[in-house]
Amino acid sequence: MAKSPELEHPNKAFGWAARDTSGLLSPFNFSRRVTGEKDVTFKVLFCGICHSDLHMVKNEWGSSIYPLIPGHEIVGVVTEVGSKVQKFKVGDKVGVGCMVGACHSCDNCDNHLENYCPKMILTYSAKYYDGTITYGGYSDTMVSDEHFVVRIPDNLPLDAGAPLLCAGITVYSPLRFYGLDKPGMHVGVVGLGGLGHVAVKFAKAMGVKVTVISTSPNKKKEALEHLGADSFLVSKDQDQMQAAQGTMDGIIDTVSAQHPLLPLIGLLKTQGKLVMVGAPEKPLELPVFPLLMGRKLLGGSCIGGMKETQEMIDFAAKHNITADIEVIPIDYVNTAMERLLKTDVRYRFVIDIGNTLKSSN
Amino acid sequence: MAKSPEEEHPQKAFGWAARDSSGLLSPFHFSRRETGDGDVTIKILYCGVCHSDLHNVKNEWGFTMYPIVPGHEIVGTVTKTGKNVKKFKVGDRVGVGVIVESCKRCESCQQDLENYCPQTILTYNSYSQDGAKTYGGYSDIVVVDEHYVLRFPENLPPDAGAPLLCAGITVYSPMKYYGITEPGKHLGVAGLGGLGHVAVKIGKAFGLKVTVISTSLKKEEEAINKLGADSFLVSSDPAKMKAAINTMDYIIDTVSAVHPLGPLLSLLKLNGKLINVGLPEKPLELPIFPLAMGRKLVGGSDIGGIKETQEMLDFCAKHGITADIELIKMGDINTAMERLAKSDVKYRFVIDVANSLSQ
Repeated sequence: MAKSPELEHPNKAFGWAARDTSGLLSPFNFSRRVTGEKDVTFKVLFCGICHSDLHMVKNEWGSSIYPLIPGHEIVGVVTEVGSKVQKFKVGDKVGVGCMVGACHSCDNCDNHLENYCPKMILTYSAKYYDGTITYGGYSDTMVSDEHFVVRIPDNLPLDAGAPLLCAGITVYSPLRFYGLDKPGMHVGVVGLGGLGHVAVKFAKAMGVKVTVISTSPNKKKEALEHLGADSFLVSKDQDQMQAAQGTMDGIIDTVSAQHPLLPLIGLLKTQGKLVMVGAPEKPLELPVFPLLMGRKLLGGSCIGGMKETQEMIDFAAKHNITADIEVIPIDYVNTAMERLLKTDVRYRFVIDIGNTLKSSN
Repeated sequence: MAKSPEEEHPQKAFGWAARDSSGLLSPFHFSRRETGDGDVTIKILYCGVCHSDLHNVKNEWGFTMYPIVPGHEIVGTVTKTGKNVKKFKVGDRVGVGVIVESCKRCESCQQDLENYCPQTILTYNSYSQDGAKTYGGYSDIVVVDEHYVLRFPENLPPDAGAPLLCAGITVYSPMKYYGITEPGKHLGVAGLGGLGHVAVKIGKAFGLKVTVISTSLKKEEEAINKLGADSFLVSSDPAKMKAAINTMDYIIDTVSAVHPLGPLLSLLKLNGKLINVGLPEKPLELPIFPLAMGRKLVGGSDIGGIKETQEMLDFCAKHGITADIELIKMGDINTAMERLAKSDVKYRFVIDVANSLSQ
């Protein structure tokens, strides 16, 4: 008979888990494995709430394994390292993002693209090498193979830095890969949420001119004055959109709701690139004529490899880029999820695990 | 009062035109401008029948201006040159493709990408800078600014080479731009018509492994034995499609019917590129998850600039690449159009203009 989550591993752990598709989270006793020779164990201090967590607790993608502890923007302080660990020591500030395992032998892994490895293991709701289910960062401790741990530089605040581990790399990677990082370029960012606001900050730090494209005119002031965007386009305003036709080298589209692509393709210059990082569940409609007539392209991107994630964290530390966050206690998490559903947050909730997640044991 | 097509220019011309959206073509008297200082006048020998011609004669794209003389795969001989013309002389074998004018000043024109100039003038159904409508190659002569005329290589047969002027450049340009030229890589070609069959030949010349992706099993034998494709994938066979998942570095999609992109995307490896060169009238269904999960991209491409068109012709001449054609008389054009609508041609009709266009 399979062991219960509490008994399957030797080290006690505590977190909050969803038990069913209602997605409601509540206290959950479970266990973590012993620190293996290549593992890093750390006390979790903060964990960001990614919109993916909301999709997963409700099984919206059909892949959820209950009970499910979400959280893949995890930061904390190392408490134990395995005998073969080289990069970290006790007391180091570290983070773990969306992955905790990969095959290490395919072309993708060899090219530091663990995120595209067909055997990549997600930080939560996935089957680990030992057959047990992975549990994420809404919990008091985390154990991870050192390969999937990043160092958090001293000058990066842990709470506001946590969301970079998913939101940050998700927008940083395509800005680099699709060459939308050259000073003087003009890049549009569609959607001003967790991904979007970080995209604006990274692009500005790369010397790029940034236009935020949004359905909500009331986000304009903040986009320009607080986030540093150069301009703001209300996507439902035909005149504004028309005036901006053919002006952008690239667009990072963070919107996961269904939305039309034609107006966005029109904003691109000849040879412009529209990059999808939001994940609508249903297919979108792609008009082909405008793609051809300007030799434009539409690409996708999914998080980033470990080497690039560390590079992104170091870049953020150097340029003082962090997420704009609302820190919450763990027992606010269900309310936070409801607000997240209505995009009522500027722009990421971060759970203060260290101070508020206490086991009743 | 506006002059009639016959009277608006000094040089008499004769061709076949469609008058309405039935698309039926019939004899048409019109005229060509005087050979300007920078112009070349060409006696037309052959003209390919591109599927765009069919779309245009029936006004399927909604911007046809009747009467319309189609034809943008033109090969002929120079009969007159303007006094400033440097590249050509009387008697030269030349070609004219899809573009006859552009602004020459914008960024695209400066980069030899006249095809992306916002003021491109097309070989037919466009308004020239002098205000007159352009008429295409289903006619006896054409007058073109030398910049937009291609030197037609001697060793390329003028009839089988004519389709390269549109079909050829339409697949060659994206292959260069998107890097689909590395020997040993695997290219899928979706659709085996005018564009598709040329893509197979050019792909093989680049040293690529080529798989034809088609709904029609009966095209397999020819794809492999005659065109030189390495393999053939029937897209309507789920088991075969599943077995081919994650095997291709690129796909050139020449299909102009509406079709879902999901199945094609799944055939691509990580970082794979799906390039659309066909022109479906309606938007296509694009699932985003597989795009993101495999960092794949969907790109478009539209013919090519003049410099690249010349490069393509020289490349094809060097590698002995021509289209597979069915030569027809001008008088058979309407039947040919009907057959083209049913994709009943291997793989391009070419009109023997000089020998069959009589007044």
